[in-house]
Amino acid sequence: MHIVVCMKQVLDLEKIRIKPDTHEPVLEGVPVCLGDFEKNALEQAVRIKESLDDVTVTVVSVGSPKLNKTIMEALAIGADEAVILVDPHVNGSDAMGSAIVLANVIQKIGDCDLILLGEGSTDEYSGQVPSRLAEILDLPQVTYARELEVLDHRIRAVRDLEDMLESVEVELPALVSVTQEINQPRLPPLTAILKAGKKPLHVWSLEDINASAEEVGTDAAVCEELSNLAPAKPRKEMIFDEDIDSSVNQALEALEQEGVLDL
Amino acid sequence: MSGVLVYSEQPPLTLQNLTFASSLGYPAAAAVLGPQGESWSEQYFNHGAQRVYCMDDPSLSGLQTDIVSEALCQIADHAEAEIVLISSTLRGREVAGRLAQKLHVGCITDAAKLRAEEGQWIATRYSLGGKTLSEQVLNSGRKVIAVNPNTFQAEPLASGVKGDVVEVAPRAAVSPVRIIEQKPKPDTGINIESAEVIVCIGRGLESEDDLSMIQEFADIVGGVVACTRPISHDRHWLPEERMVGISGKKISPSLYFGIGVSGQIQQMAAVLDAKVIVAINNDRNAPIFQNADYGIVGDLYQVIPDLIEKLSR
Ligand SMILES: Cc1cc2nc3c(=O)[nH]c(=O)nc-3n(C[C@H](O)[C@H](O)[C@H](O)COP(=O)(O)OP(=O)(O)OC[C@H]3O[C@@H](n4cnc5c(N)ncnc54)[C@H](O)[C@@H]3O)c2cc1C
Ligand SMILES: Nc1ncnc2c1ncn2[C@@H]1O[C@H](COP(=O)(O)O)[C@@H](O)[C@H]1O
Repeated sequence: MHIVVCMKQVLDLEKIRIKPDTHEPVLEGVPVCLGDFEKNALEQAVRIKESLDDVTVTVVSVGSPKLNKTIMEALAIGADEAVILVDPHVNGSDAMGSAIVLANVIQKIGDCDLILLGEGSTDEYSGQVPSRLAEILDLPQVTYARELEVLDHRIRAVRDLEDMLESVEVELPALVSVTQEINQPRLPPLTAILKAGKKPLHVWSLEDINASAEEVGTDAAVCEELSNLAPAKPRKEMIFDEDIDSSVNQALEALEQEGVLDL
Repeated sequence: MSGVLVYSEQPPLTLQNLTFASSLGYPAAAAVLGPQGESWSEQYFNHGAQRVYCMDDPSLSGLQTDIVSEALCQIADHAEAEIVLISSTLRGREVAGRLAQKLHVGCITDAAKLRAEEGQWIATRYSLGGKTLSEQVLNSGRKVIAVNPNTFQAEPLASGVKGDVVEVAPRAAVSPVRIIEQKPKPDTGINIESAEVIVCIGRGLESEDDLSMIQEFADIVGGVVACTRPISHDRHWLPEERMVGISGKKISPSLYFGIGVSGQIQQMAAVLDAKVIVAINNDRNAPIFQNADYGIVGDLYQVIPDLIEKLSR
């Protein structure tokens, strides 16, 4: 059985500063990492591999050249190999562009029984890529899975919806997106980190999948961003850090003045 | 092609989006999938739909995404809809993506705001994990936009319209995804989205038993207890509909207490509409203090009892 896990390289959001005057995010120089939900997807793939015979796990990612390094973490966690599509233009792709590129990569890899993704990417959290990818590859999709097991040539999953837990079954091949509750991703041991560099890493360009930047990159994006600013909601930031007694008194006094404490 | 097609698997949410679409003067149509068609079409007309498309077929009963998106694709063609407006529930946002790919067009999910300016539909959604608000437009001929539930208020038109009901025969087959069981989550009848005062707890709370202290405090300030994701989803101390955050509920109380909550952006992004934010945390460097109006630095196990005592006087 062959599992493909789609992982996105995202900016380390904790490290993004906001310019106080313009509310613009400062993105230059911010380090990158793999998305959070995708770590759950990868962990699930590795657990399936550990519990069954003959499972290979390939991690696939589309992004900037920094992926060469970022993807090592996935190999250390337990993916057997990685295919990364590296092109400066795909950083500006929209969900449709990303899904098309991912689909082409997966089709070129061939023979894939199960595709795992996160329920959303850490930065955009649009949830579009799983649906779009399933549509392009003409696969059944199961999203928001908080439980997933492989039985014979089918899977059983429990979907976590607003008002219900929905158990579903579907024959493979299929595409599944997972929630963070599905498992606790492992931290790779040092030895695995050292060995990761020896695992196969395939670096592809848009040419390798017969696509061009005009078709799938920044210029092809139909979703245009007009502005992207931190919300300008100035908070008072009055922090009381004296002894508890006087801090509480000051806070209560302030809330009374705000007129929000209706006792 | 200039119309708007409105759909949600939850008809009351369709009423909200219909109210918005018809207020702009766009010809609006609504889609109903499954057996509920008859019972809702009257309401849809009253909220501005000029036409209601109904499709009823056993294959639609499970609301599987492949089938629903195929049905909407068919109806969107029929309605010559330029914009398909969907409610961004979990099912809705999933359908939006698949439908958009079928139509090969752009899509925006989780729109927190939506407005039309000179024929352009401008959506606002959180970006960068909730740190920023991004204004976006779609440049494809057709567009799929999924708007957060309760972004618009449903209001019946002053003068009722009488539109027509169009039955559409499905072309989709049965979904390969088989539903084995649907287990409803317990409904506690508490809706944190509309609460005026929210008392939100995080991992700073050490044990489930301590919830009684928090509840006592909430009762005094007239608030509802809510929580962060680890409390509902990992520790299961509170039901999931009490979870605040971009993957949970967005709230807009006049007063918000974050107690033992670090204020990570994915959680805090859903609180930014609160009028006054109070943080109680024993770590002076916790990010929540940068987003708070008032902060008390201290152990919640000292601060809360002190607050309870002083407020009960
Ligand atoms: C894509 C994505 C989406 C997410 N969506 C959500 C979401 O919708 N909602 C959500 O909640 N999270 C969400 N998260 C997780 C989020 O990033 C945080 O991990 C989570 O909100 C942290 O919860 P917390 O504040 O309870 O815990 P922690 O971050 O562990 O904070 C606990 C705080 O309690 C304080 N504390 C400890 N003991 C005491 C004490 N005795 N007295 C006072 N203070 C004390 C600590 O100083 C600390 O600041 C999401 C994450 C990702 C990646
Ligand atoms: N550039 C990418 N490379 C690989 N996987 C991706 C990429 N973008 C999105 N994904 C996958 O799609 C999921 C949902 O992303 P999104 O639709 O952006 O919310 C992520 O959790 C990833 O598994």
